[in-house]
Amino acid sequence: MFFNSLLTNFAALEVGQHLYWQIGNIRLHGQVFLTSWILLGALLVFISLGTKKMENDPKGLQNLLEFLWDYIRDLARTQIGEKVYRDWMPFIGTLFLFVFVSNWGGALIPWRLIKLPSGELGAPTADINTTIALALLVSLSYFYAGLSNKGWRYFEYYVHPTPIMLPFKILEDFTKPLSLSFRLFGNILADELVVGVLVFLVPLILPIPVMFLGLFTSAIQALIFATLAAYYIGEAVEEHH
Amino acid sequence: MLAFNFFGATEGGLFDINATLPLMAIQVVALTYILNSLFFKPVGNVVEKREKFVSNNIIEAKNKLSEVKKLEADLLTQLQSARTEAQRIVSEAEDESDKLYKEALELANNEANASKEKARLEIESQTSAARDQLSKQADDLSELIVNRLILEK
Repeated sequence: MFFNSLLTNFAALEVGQHLYWQIGNIRLHGQVFLTSWILLGALLVFISLGTKKMENDPKGLQNLLEFLWDYIRDLARTQIGEKVYRDWMPFIGTLFLFVFVSNWGGALIPWRLIKLPSGELGAPTADINTTIALALLVSLSYFYAGLSNKGWRYFEYYVHPTPIMLPFKILEDFTKPLSLSFRLFGNILADELVVGVLVFLVPLILPIPVMFLGLFTSAIQALIFATLAAYYIGEAVEEHH
Repeated sequence: MLAFNFFGATEGGLFDINATLPLMAIQVVALTYILNSLFFKPVGNVVEKREKFVSNNIIEAKNKLSEVKKLEADLLTQLQSARTEAQRIVSEAEDESDKLYKEALELANNEANASKEKARLEIESQTSAARDQLSKQADDLSELIVNRLILEK
């Protein structure tokens, strides 16, 4: 009861409201797609500009993109291993860039100024659909990586080092996407809520440190998501002896 | 669909899962392909080409350096052998000239001795001839004196 009455006071926050798009009989969260298209468009423009004139002697944007590429390669290589990291680097890099751009875009751009008929624009990763989609893609990826690299021997992983591990390993296949999606979702949503509540209560100065903390959390979450995805794939392709 | 009311929202809520999920997944997969062709491949090509170039250059430089070191060592041994050879030639030449000098000295000495000896013998023979002549003349003279004295008487 207290919670509900508190929430009516915070009506400006609009938690759990969505801008519904109806296509046939499927319903979509429009605000998620709107922000993700804007942010991914910006990302693609940024990358196209940086890779337009590639030189052996990198300058400006190309330098930044090469640094990013190197960073992602190191991440993929340390987690997945020298042998197959090359195949999975684009996926890991895309996860990292998507989550990073979504988190930072959600935190940095004052979406609240754009009024929607229902719901409000924000980080696409603050929607459970997005994070579950990413987590399920990671699950599919590590199954595919394991099966394509080791064939049926992939399932040796479930009884490694002893068959006692079998139930735990099976359980892990469910907890991995669950923890991946809820960690990201929870962190980004909580950050948005904290900033929202603080801005609502004290609109001046006080939210700024929390906003910086939010930027930090956003970056860390992107790194954690990409690293864990790479780790799961690495675990699936690892050879046991 | 797993959807339950949260925070009292009448529709949707925080855990409202719908078609956004598969569409977002498709979007991310498409993004992976786009980023691969737009970002990962081209940047990777450039970076790896450069890494190869740099590592090739380093290997080449290392090879050249080891070659230079080998040549340097070669030259050093050559220099060493040339030095000992020069020393040997110099000492040989010194010995030779020493020998020649000694030979010439000996030859000159012998010649001088021989001519000295010859001169001495000549002097001696001339001295004895003169002495013989002198004694003959003395004999003649003494005979002359004796004869005159006998005749006077």
